[in-house]
Amino acid sequence: MNLSSCRRPGTQPQADSASRAGLGARAVLVAAAAVVCMTSACRQDMHNQAKYRPMRETPFFADHRSARPLVAGTIARGKLGEDKLLTTGRDGDKFSSIFPFPITADLVARGRERFNIYCSPCHGRTGEGRGMVVQRGYKQPPSFHDARLRDLGPGYFFNVITNGFGVMPGYAVQVPATDRWAITSYIRALQLSRNASVDDLTSEEKSRLTKESSGG
Amino acid sequence: MAQVFKPSSNTYSKLVIFGALLAVGGVGLVGYLINTSPFNTGAYMAHAQPVPFSHKHHNGELGIDCRYCHTSVEESAFAGIPPTQTCMNCHSQIWTEAPMLEPVRASLRTGQSLEWTRVHDLPDFVYFNHSIHIAKGIGCASCHGDVTRMNLTWSVAPLTMGWCLDCHRDPAANVRPREMVFDTTWVAQDQRALGEKLVSEYHVQPRQDCSTCHR
Ligand code: HEC
Ligand code: HEC
Ligand code: HEC
Ligand code: HEC
Ligand code: HEC
Ligand code: HEC
Repeated sequence: MNLSSCRRPGTQPQADSASRAGLGARAVLVAAAAVVCMTSACRQDMHNQAKYRPMRETPFFADHRSARPLVAGTIARGKLGEDKLLTTGRDGDKFSSIFPFPITADLVARGRERFNIYCSPCHGRTGEGRGMVVQRGYKQPPSFHDARLRDLGPGYFFNVITNGFGVMPGYAVQVPATDRWAITSYIRALQLSRNASVDDLTSEEKSRLTKESSGG
Repeated sequence: MAQVFKPSSNTYSKLVIFGALLAVGGVGLVGYLINTSPFNTGAYMAHAQPVPFSHKHHNGELGIDCRYCHTSVEESAFAGIPPTQTCMNCHSQIWTEAPMLEPVRASLRTGQSLEWTRVHDLPDFVYFNHSIHIAKGIGCASCHGDVTRMNLTWSVAPLTMGWCLDCHRDPAANVRPREMVFDTTWVAQDQRALGEKLVSEYHVQPRQDCSTCHR
């Protein structure tokens, strides 16, 4: 061990004072090491216990995953998919023209939040298909306001989100089925926002509209 | 008989006694400071990763929401690290030739996981849960800082027990509106007033008994 590296070249300090300084330095180092050791727990066996937390690696399996893939054909509780409309968006052979449950304002709000998380990077917040990722070179998707897409039923959109379409990946892994329906309801709201006319309102809503727009 | 101790010995003995106490205290203090300093806790250190994934780029510039990748952060204890397929949602078409992304493509081809280096790692005897913190309006930034400015991810908190308890004792200093939880740059105009209001509105009552975090 060389503790005297601080010596300036050329000067020859007296042997005994140098070794005393060396001893002192060594003692301080040992004490410091002991302190760090005692306070920061050299023993880590309670910190790193013999158990697995999510995604922790294991030497036991060849692929190092402690979370094992499901055996083919396994169905988790509640994931049987008996409700075909809810899980596939199909009504017999064709895409459903109705939603599997009633649409509420809360559901549309939820759909809006999920749309902004999962779809807006490509489709943009308004559904025109000019999201940030598209601006960086991803294929541009069609606008949701195209007549073709306006005329398709909710089941069609649900199916695109679930299984993908063309180069667009499916989102079944990231988005659960009820949220996929919520997103579908929000796409409907987006489409309506460009194509609604006053005549679509009930007479009660119409009178509220005239009152609020004149009242300011 | 001559005195064994000179009067000055009083001073010396006091010096020795108090000196020793001070030395012990000092060594303890130094130990504590080293122990909780970033040097030991690893805070503020960027970690090498198999792919130089940048939150600054993906969140700060592209504006992708945290939940696009950390999908389980609202419902479970574990925030979730995105699987390779999530990267490929976009990188099947963007930067498809970049050598930087070769490990991601290799992972998709071979089915081998990308092995990210953990940035935050609590000891295994501590129980932590993301979902409750998100539900009660604690923003990601309160614990992780503004990741939208980080190229490689680092941590900004020591993750010591004292750090957890500081907030559990006074949540009003951190609680924010739920809509702002994922916005890492949001700051309140008057955190104290807003915090107090939200603490009662969201019924925020963090517990401090040992079994909350050691179970
Ligand atoms: C990574 C970018 C990206 C994301 C994220 C994305 N899409 Fe797409 N989407 C596309 C592209 C590109 C197309 C066009 C695909 C093609 O023509 O090959 C498309 C097409 C569509 C279509 C039109 C299908 C048709 O008949 O033309 C719908 C509907 C759609 N996406 C809905 C969604 C919804 C809902 C989400 C959110 C859950 C979403 N997309 C997320 C890129 C994306
Ligand atoms: C495009 C996908 C993506 C998005 C969006 C994203 N992250 Fe990450 N995040 C990752 C990946 C991949 C890692 C692992 C590599 C690393 O640590 O940098 C990670 C790691 C982290 C870590 C460190 C985890 C650890 O190892 O301790 C934190 C904290 C984090 N992200 C917070 C956020 C926050 C907050 C947001 C939203 C502002 C966000 N992330 C958005 C992909 C993403
Ligand atoms: C929603 C789309 C999207 C997702 C998901 C995504 N990226 Fe990216 N990423 C991009 C875009 C767009 C760019 C290019 C930005 C540019 O051209 O400025 C990019 C750039 C990169 C780069 C280039 C280096 C840089 O400047 O940051 C790396 C590395 C990268 N991504 C890694 C990843 C990894 C790893 C994941 C998965 C955890 C991931 N990305 C997920 C859209 C995405
Ligand atoms: C109250 C503090 C706190 C808040 C708020 C918080 N985190 Fe964390 N986060 C932690 C701690 C502590 C860990 C380390 C957990 C461990 O080691 O088990 C962590 C770990 C992570 C990880 C690594 C994976 C994991 O779960 O261990 C990611 C990713 C992450 N956080 C993302 C986020 C995102 C995104 C948000 C906001 C939606 C967020 N965190 C909000 C404290 C927090
Ligand atoms: C920035 C503030 C903040 C920090 C930092 C923080 N917490 Fe919390 N924690 C909260 C709030 C707020 C709640 C919700 C209390 C409630 O239920 O009303 C909570 C709840 C919890 C709960 C759930 C308690 C229960 O009743 O089940 C656990 C466990 C927990 N925290 C662990 C931790 C740990 C471990 C750390 C440190 C690694 C930590 N927290 C750091 C604010 C914080
Ligand atoms: C809010 C969460 C929280 C609560 C409540 C809490 N702890 Fe802790 N405790 C932690 C965390 C986080 C650590 C890990 C600190 C570290 O790694 O530096 C820890 C570490 C410890 C350690 C140190 C172990 C070591 O190796 O350093 C002891 C002992 C301990 N806690 C005891 C207690 C006792 C006793 C109580 C009740 C009075 C308590 N804790 C309550 C979060 C908590």
